[in-house]
Amino acid sequence: MRLLSAFCLGLALMVPVTAIAAGDAETPPKQEWHFSGPFGTYDRGALQRGFQVYRQVCAACHSMKLLSYRNLADLGYTEAQIKGVAAEYTVEDGPDDEGEMFERPALPSDRFVSPYPNDAAAKYANNGALPPDMSLLAKARGGGADYIYAILTGYEEPHGDVHLLDGQHYNKYMPGHVIAMAAPLSDGIVAYGDESPTTVDQYARDVSEFLMWAAEPKMEVRKQTGIKAILFLLAFFGIMYAVKKKLWADLH
Amino acid sequence: MGSGNRQPFDNPVIEWVDSRLPVFTLMNKEYGVFPTQKNFNYFWNFGAIAMVMLILMLVTGITLAMHYAANTEIAFSSVERIMRDVNFGWLIRYMHMNGASFFFIAVFIHIFRGLYYGSYKQPRELLWMLGVLILLLMMATAFMGYVLPWGQMSFWGATVITNLFSALPLVGPAIVEWLWGGFAVDNATLNRFFSLHYLLPFVIFAVVFLHVWALHVTGSNNPSGIEPNGPQDTIPFHPYYTMKDTAGLLLFLVAYCVFTFFMPNALGHPDNYIEANPLVTPAHIVPEWYFLPFYAILRAVTFDTNLLLLAGLVCAGYLVVVNLWFMEKPSNCPIAKTFDIPLLKDIPMSKLEPLMAVGAVLFLGLGGLVAFLPDMGVSKIVSVFAPVLVEAKLGGVLAMFGSIAMLFVLPFIDRHPHRSAIFRPWFKIAVLALTIDFFLLMYVGGKPAEGLYVLIAQAATGYYFAFFLIVIPFLNKYEPRVPLPPSIHQYVLDKQAKKKQKNDDYMNALKPEAAE
Repeated sequence: MRLLSAFCLGLALMVPVTAIAAGDAETPPKQEWHFSGPFGTYDRGALQRGFQVYRQVCAACHSMKLLSYRNLADLGYTEAQIKGVAAEYTVEDGPDDEGEMFERPALPSDRFVSPYPNDAAAKYANNGALPPDMSLLAKARGGGADYIYAILTGYEEPHGDVHLLDGQHYNKYMPGHVIAMAAPLSDGIVAYGDESPTTVDQYARDVSEFLMWAAEPKMEVRKQTGIKAILFLLAFFGIMYAVKKKLWADLH
Repeated sequence: MGSGNRQPFDNPVIEWVDSRLPVFTLMNKEYGVFPTQKNFNYFWNFGAIAMVMLILMLVTGITLAMHYAANTEIAFSSVERIMRDVNFGWLIRYMHMNGASFFFIAVFIHIFRGLYYGSYKQPRELLWMLGVLILLLMMATAFMGYVLPWGQMSFWGATVITNLFSALPLVGPAIVEWLWGGFAVDNATLNRFFSLHYLLPFVIFAVVFLHVWALHVTGSNNPSGIEPNGPQDTIPFHPYYTMKDTAGLLLFLVAYCVFTFFMPNALGHPDNYIEANPLVTPAHIVPEWYFLPFYAILRAVTFDTNLLLLAGLVCAGYLVVVNLWFMEKPSNCPIAKTFDIPLLKDIPMSKLEPLMAVGAVLFLGLGGLVAFLPDMGVSKIVSVFAPVLVEAKLGGVLAMFGSIAMLFVLPFIDRHPHRSAIFRPWFKIAVLALTIDFFLLMYVGGKPAEGLYVLIAQAATGYYFAFFLIVIPFLNKYEPRVPLPPSIHQYVLDKQAKKKQKNDDYMNALKPEAAE
């Protein structure tokens, strides 16, 4: 048993090995999130504000192809509100009865409309750099939401031996410190409906939480199921361990 | 099968079936009254745990295949559809993803158990070899499974690993194209990997059946490594081990659930949530954690093996074989004697050995100089006499497959009469060092192949092979034969007495006044 626990400990210590250090950038500091921890849930207020920031700022360049407008129900929006949001976008549909493609307002069942028709157009409009799709961004970067928050708040005047070309910017959390995206946020650019401060820090926090939800929309049900599964297994283990003890007691 | 002398069952339905097809008799014989050593520790749970994980992988995998689409255009988004829109798809997918890791954890512990307690030894050689075959099949299955989500690591991992085969001389490039089904990792590759990823688990299942069959012929090993020699040493499998295995399994599943439900992506790589892009190479291409030790061995061979280095290895190997592999040192060259080579067979070992020693030092020195420090002036001159025989890439591939091959032949290398490390004090140190070595390789396998990490990987790879080729033969010859208890029963009694003694001592130490 002692040997076994030592072995398991050894395996557990290997876990951080898979975490990859990227480049020479600073590690994003750990943040306290509403969704942190085994009981964490998404803060609906933060998600709605984050969606607002995405819509008014990020969506100018970044697509979210894996999400549909109907998914916004998770954020606490009503069906009417979602229909309203979707209707602000136009999608191409068809062919109709006459074989013609036509444009119509988006429906809740449509995917988020992308800012550019294709990657080439996106690159052309952004100085050759492709703004990544944001649907999975929070899971596709080491550090997750911490990383996104760090990038959004990590813009600085260039220092060290970093040489910036036209259209490049300095960010202390970006691998190599060079980022093609200009600092997207500034105080007051998005007007919030609630009392939350309209600061870069608050925008960054809200949009990071929103992107975490976008990447992992089933997190709440996952954690709740996990608690139940583990409690069940532990109780069952207790019973089986007692059975084993009782059964073996007369053997030794 | 079991129809010869069958005990009738009381239940008429069971009796009706059993008299026509004795499945109940078979189950009772193999899993009911099956005599099992009574002194297993919790390490003996991991075979059953691995079996449960295999079934779990099959069930979740078959369910995923109902929703997954093996086409490069839609594979990535079909996985995301499973995660977002399929009912409980996220659960099935995370169970499968983390299930692979925990299957490997169970199997690695199971293998460690076999090594530590000498379960691979006579008469269980074939049982062990079937187990190594299962490990190989698992590795192939896991590798192809990791390609299916068609993320960046899927694509680039597949590219790197399939490219390894191009190192094989002559046929290499043709084999790689054959594996790909084209000229790059593409749709054809994804399709065949999906097909094979679905097939191989059933092959694993078949080999597991043989593995268990062989187990039920020889019976299990046990921590003492002593064969049972009477009913006082064994207990029926049910209920004793069915209950104990269930308890251990549940605890293992708790650990599995912690990962599946609370950190499902901790063992994966973030880059695999970026869709595969042949035009963008990730900064570091890293395989899944369970491949890291083998990946480290692959990358440890950073040097070309030249003629002199090989000659030096042959000389050194000769000395090892003559002095360690042979229990009695032969008087003349054993090879020359076997093949009746004139002149050479008459040279006594006392003259041949110093010659080989000089050869080993000289050739290893010069060959090593060319291999490791090719830029030195001397190396450039020596390299004229040291043509490259095995390029670094091929050497790495050979070392990686060799590391598995070592496990495969281990039963025939280790000839020490005792099985368990409990009665082999020297072997115990060596095998625990091998375990640390394995973790060390896992650590450096996840680091970039540069600087100190390369040196650590080379040293760790060196010990890995030395364990099998030098340490084990050395122990065969020199490790003292500690007297064994006469039976498992006696071993258990001794152990209990020792434990009681220790307990009493502790209690006495607690109340010194009372003892006086």
